[in-house]
Amino acid sequence: MRASVVVFPGSNCDRDVAVSLEKLTGHKPAMVWHGEPQVPDSDLIVLPGGFSYGDYLRSGAMAAHSPIMADVVAKARKGIAVLGICNGFQVLTESGLLPGVLMRNASLKFICRDVWLRVERADTIFTKGYAKGDVIRVPIAHHDGNYYADDETLDALEGEGRVALRYCDAAGEVSDEANPNGSRASIAGLLDESGRVLGLMPHPERLADAALGGTDGASLFASLLETFH
Amino acid sequence: MKARIKITLKNGVLDPQGKAIANALGALGFGGVEAVRQGKYIELELAESDPARAEAEVKAMCEQLLANTVIENYQFELEPA
Repeated sequence: MRASVVVFPGSNCDRDVAVSLEKLTGHKPAMVWHGEPQVPDSDLIVLPGGFSYGDYLRSGAMAAHSPIMADVVAKARKGIAVLGICNGFQVLTESGLLPGVLMRNASLKFICRDVWLRVERADTIFTKGYAKGDVIRVPIAHHDGNYYADDETLDALEGEGRVALRYCDAAGEVSDEANPNGSRASIAGLLDESGRVLGLMPHPERLADAALGGTDGASLFASLLETFH
Repeated sequence: MKARIKITLKNGVLDPQGKAIANALGALGFGGVEAVRQGKYIELELAESDPARAEAEVKAMCEQLLANTVIENYQFELEPA
């Protein structure tokens, strides 16, 4: 699997995700500065977590217009897999690759803790290592993770099965109490219409090694490796 | 020309920051505040002096970057420098 990780000014999970990918594949992913015109030929492009451009204007808004993003969007439209984690998810919505927007958390607080997620789709290139209904533990660390889309968009997303991951409790029940940030429909991870672009607020790369306290996130990277070898 | 741009959340979009501001005003003893919606204000100094061209330019800026039209409305005024 050839992977590239885009590095924006203010990215801070780029190395974490690179370590997760290298550990699994044995190859270092290409680290691509946002000012480059093109991403090298890759099976997977990762937009990592962090605070690109200091979250100025809106989280992800400036990064979505970085020089590299025109090529990321073009490659995504051609079917190259794109994974946006946390700030990467915000960049995906701001660049139009995913619908909706990630607003300030309903509590207005920055939330940094492990949450439970229910796997809603286990038939995608990102999630085939899980089973549908699996409840996994992955950390979140964000201020702007409150997913919003209007009713019509939300209905379409649900109808098309585009919600890959939902916030839930330890038993897998989805409820307002188990929704950390106010996201509509408890959406934690969302696919594009092709199923080859995934944005998620939780950080699978932060719990992908037993030494860090858990490995629930590792299956996401294993799913991609299984897809691309 | 100068452009003065106001960006506000669309009706129906929850505004937890506005709600927190309303609560804080209540705590300060300002009892008559029925609702608060907060937004952004941006000023631009434009080289363009033709009002029609400036208007088209600022509209494009709002659509492409300054506002996220999924959740935000924008309005602006132009004034000669």
